[in-house]
Formats: sequence, structure tokens, C-alpha cells
Amino acid sequence: MASDFDNTSRDEEHGAEDRRHEPLLDRAHTMSSVTDKIASIVLARRLKRGWMVGLAISFALTMLLFLSVAWLFAKGVGIWGINIPVGWGFAIVNFVWWVGIGHAGTLISAILLLLHQEWRTSINRFAEAMTLFAVACAGLFPLLHLGRPQFFYWMVPYPNTMGVWPQFRSPLIWDFFAVGTYATVSLLFWYVGLIPDLATLRDRSKRRFPQIVYGILAMGWRGAARHWKRYQDAYVLLAALATPLVVSVHSVVSFDFATSIVPGWHSTIFPPYFVAGAIYSGFAMVLTIAIPLRAAYGLHDFVTDRHLDNMAKVMLASGLIVAYGYLTETFIAWYSGHEAEWYAMENRFVGPYAPLYWLLLLCNIVIPQALWSVGVRRNVYALFALSLVINVGMWLERFIIVVTSLHRDYLPSAWATYYPTVWDWSTYVGTIGLFTALMFLFIRFLPMISIFEMRELVEEAQNDSR
Amino acid sequence: MTPIANYFGIVAEFRDADELVEASRQAHAAGYREVEAYSPLPVEGLAEAIGFHRSRMPLVVLIGGIVGFAGGWALQYYAAAIAYPLNIGGRPLNSWPSFIPVVFEMTVLFAALSAVLGMLAMNGLPRPHHPLFAIPQFDRATQDRFFLCILARDPAFHPQTTRQFLERLRPVEIIDVPQ
Repeated sequence: MASDFDNTSRDEEHGAEDRRHEPLLDRAHTMSSVTDKIASIVLARRLKRGWMVGLAISFALTMLLFLSVAWLFAKGVGIWGINIPVGWGFAIVNFVWWVGIGHAGTLISAILLLLHQEWRTSINRFAEAMTLFAVACAGLFPLLHLGRPQFFYWMVPYPNTMGVWPQFRSPLIWDFFAVGTYATVSLLFWYVGLIPDLATLRDRSKRRFPQIVYGILAMGWRGAARHWKRYQDAYVLLAALATPLVVSVHSVVSFDFATSIVPGWHSTIFPPYFVAGAIYSGFAMVLTIAIPLRAAYGLHDFVTDRHLDNMAKVMLASGLIVAYGYLTETFIAWYSGHEAEWYAMENRFVGPYAPLYWLLLLCNIVIPQALWSVGVRRNVYALFALSLVINVGMWLERFIIVVTSLHRDYLPSAWATYYPTVWDWSTYVGTIGLFTALMFLFIRFLPMISIFEMRELVEEAQNDSR
Repeated sequence: MTPIANYFGIVAEFRDADELVEASRQAHAAGYREVEAYSPLPVEGLAEAIGFHRSRMPLVVLIGGIVGFAGGWALQYYAAAIAYPLNIGGRPLNSWPSFIPVVFEMTVLFAALSAVLGMLAMNGLPRPHHPLFAIPQFDRATQDRFFLCILARDPAFHPQTTRQFLERLRPVEIIDVPQ
């Protein structure tokens, strides 16, 4: 597994020099300079114009989300395009898409930590933030999709006067526990990682208010050796817990589909193929965020081309697993000899949603093959464009899975088509606004790169050169 | 000079991690046991140098995980078999295979919570104030400097001899820390 993420290819431009030795961090950097560079972004008083514009747009879209939700609560789910048989629609498509995006953050922070992949250091913090905000957006949808959202707490097992308990044999309750645990553990992981950096901000800020706020959040961290020891042990254990957790979350999400008997859903390939798809879309989103962020804040020293190259490789690998998933799904539908199963596939190829299916294959399988080329992986514009294409492709995948299977199942008299309404779209676009608004606030108020882990890279670089 | 009753300790400032590890080792060898080292990044071998070998975090997390596992199981058994039994075509009430996902999630949740809360509790955090925060130079402990503090409650502590001992380690600066 570890070797998948290694750079074993030879660098053509530099002759025999192995790209493995391309530094993750410029050797001229010292502990003071990395601390200064990252902390000053947060502690600067001036607001950047681009940041203001970006936050304003995101905020406007967040307001659109609130408006859509208010209208939904007033009128009910009938304002969406859902019907019977397509009861799930955009709400579940978006839920699965957002949860999936979150997975890359955990993969980068936990799995790559356990595999000693040092290049994760400069991208893990904002990837974890991305996870948190994506899971927040995801969590909204199942709640909004409840006909009576005011009763969402009925999913919580607690002794109540009605004398009823949640149905623990239902994948929807599994989902509640999986996503709830995932959100909690992601928050803990992110916060624990932030504690030493919050202490740095506390000690660097010159003004009273930030000193108090960062001081409270840092909880009195002072870098004592005993503290560091417990801290590191706890952090590695959290990573070891988050690793199976992240795999379980999208597996459980796929159980929502796979444990049903709906043709096109009832398939054992779903859990692994959902997890691979989650990593695929998540890395695409990390690139979508990292590339503009790096340019806007001049972080080329920390997020190098080698980082982007590595992320592109992970994307390529997970994309191939996804492609294998599509292939297996189709093969098993044919090989099963089950009429309804094969019809579900045929309906994807030539049915009313066929253009979306072929667009999905184009976005997720055909175009990303460009990542085999070093030139593409090292070209930020190409990578950025590709990351957007994959984001769209993965959204289409969830749309195809949810809608095509539901709209024509066993009983032709119950067939119908689903078209999203303006409220479906406004809710979806609104959550994108919420996500980017939270990202903008995060990069302004918290260090977007882990400062103490960058100091560790400096230390290692110094030890190597001795 | 500050009277001894009001000392928290004496702190020495160092330029890099290797100097701090070496100084910590010598302080431990000189018989000081109430010693704490401060660094802006985790330093390998530093905790061991001041005589702290095992964090006991794994045990805390294991206990948390076991509690989550047992609790998740008990919760579902109670809900599905005792409090709210549903007869679905005569299937067993204790349908354990379908309880596994929630048991797994609860195990991870409790283990993770105990890792974080246990780490904070054993570190004595949150602690809004600490005597060292009154030392202006100590701001750099979270940035780029390394500190070794010999606490006044150490039986071997003496304002003069401890200071002389620290001077021999060639620190950048030696600072008295008031209580």
C-alpha cells in the first residue's frame, strides 16, 4: 500500500535525480520562518479583498440555503421533485456526495499518518477542515428529507414516554450512528491537531482579544515533554481508530442501498466501490481547494508540485477502482441472468437518464486517464480542471445510482421519472455556499497548515543535512 | 533575590532540540526528578530523558473501546429484545448480525472520546494559567525555543546550586520563575 503513494518514477528534467528526494520543504526554512509564515496569515489585521469577495458570495449562497430550508419547512418535501417511486432524489444524492468528499480528509490525516507519508503534513489541516464542513453539509440532507424534521431526535435511542425504540436492524439507524460517530471523531481529530498551533497563536498575538480567544481554545498548552508524549500517543491512536471508521462510514452509507432488493442496488460490490468513490471525490475536492488557496496565499513553499502530483496519483488509483466497480456491477447484472437486474443496467445505457450515465463515464473514467501523464499531474490548471470534472462525475454517479434504480423497478405500472425543481437546485447550491463560507472563515481564523508538524519537517531536514 | 518559598522553579532556555535533550539527560543524572522540558514540537527521546517512559494512553483507549463495545451491544439488546420486541416473521429478537455496525461505531466513538478526554485529563488541561506564562521569554516555547525547568518542589532544588548547575549546561538564558 505504502509504495502506491511513493514517487518511484524518474524525473526526466533532472536526469537521474529521483523525485523522491525533491524536498517537501525548502531547506532555507527555519522553525521561526515556518511559524511566522503560517501564523501571520491568521494574525494579520488586514482582510484580503479576494477573501472578502469570496466570503460575500458564499454568504449569499448560504442565505439561499436558509431560504430554501425555510420554504421547505413551511411547505413540506412536496416542493422538491421527488415522487413515488423516486422518493430519494437530490437529498440522498447530495448526502452521499458530501459524505464521500469528507473521506479524503480522514484518509490524508489518519491513513497517511500511519503509513509515514510525510507529504501529508502541509495538506492535512485544511483537508480535515474540509471533512468537517462536508460532513456538516451531508448531515443536513437526511434531516431535511424527513417529512417531519422536528422529530429527527427520534433516531436517538433514549427512554421515552411513547415506549418505542429505534429499529437497530435498519441501515438508516446504522447511518445515523456511522455519520454521527464520523462527525464527532473528525472534530476531535481536527481539534487535537490544532491545540499546539492555537498555543502558538496565543503566544504570538499582540492584541488582548485574540490572546484570550486562542488562549481559551489552546487550554493552557505549553509544550511540556510529558504532554507531548501523551499527545502523540493519543494522536496516533486516534488515527488508528479513524482508519477503520472512515472505511465503515461509506460502507454503511452503501448499505442504505445494498441491503434493499431494488435492482441496481442489491449488490455486494457496493461497500468497496463506495469507499473508493469517496476517496476519489474527496481528493478531487482537496485539489479544488488546495490549488487556489496555494496561489492566493503564496504557499508554494509548503504545498509543492510534488504534493499535487501525489494527490493526483491517489486520484488516479482510486478512480481505477471505481471503474472496476462499474465494470463488475454491469457484468454481474448480465451474469446473474436476472431480468430486472439486467433491465436496470439497460435502462442506464439507453433509458431517459442515459446522457447522464455516459457523461458520468466520461467524467469519472475517460478524462481522468490524462493523469497517467506527468505533464498533466504537474500542470496546476489541468489538475484544477480535472478535479472539477471528477467532482461533477462523482455527483452524477450518485444521481444515476439513486434515480435510475428507483424510477423503474419491478412493477412497470409504478414507473415514473424524476426531475429536480428549482428548490432542489437551490438547496444543493446553498450547501456549496455553506461549505465554502465555512472554508473561508477557517482559513482566516485558524492556521490552515499544521505549524508544529511543519517544524518537525524543518527539524528532520536539519538532521538530514548534518 | 526572590525568597525560596515563592519559587516555581528555574528555567533555562536552549536553542535547539538536541541541546535540550542533552540538558534534560544531565539534569536527570544529577538527581533532579521534578523536571519538565518544553519544546515547540514533539522531540523524540525528550520525555524519556526526564524519566517519563510510559504514557498509559493505550490502556485508557482500550478501556474506552471495551465500554463502547459492551454499551453498544447492551443498548441494542435491551431495545430490540427487552424494551420493544418486534416479532417479524418469527425471526430471533437478538438478531446480532444486524447489530454489528452500531457496535462497531460505538466502540470507535468511545475509544476516540477516551483518547482525547484521557489525554487532556492526564495532562491537567485545560489549565488557563501557569506560572511559566508570566515569563515573557516563554512565549517562544510554542514557536522556536526550547526550555528546561527544574521545579522548586524538587527535594534537590536550591536557588544557588540549581542555578549553577543550569549555567554549566550553557543555555541562552536562565530565568527565575516566581510562583
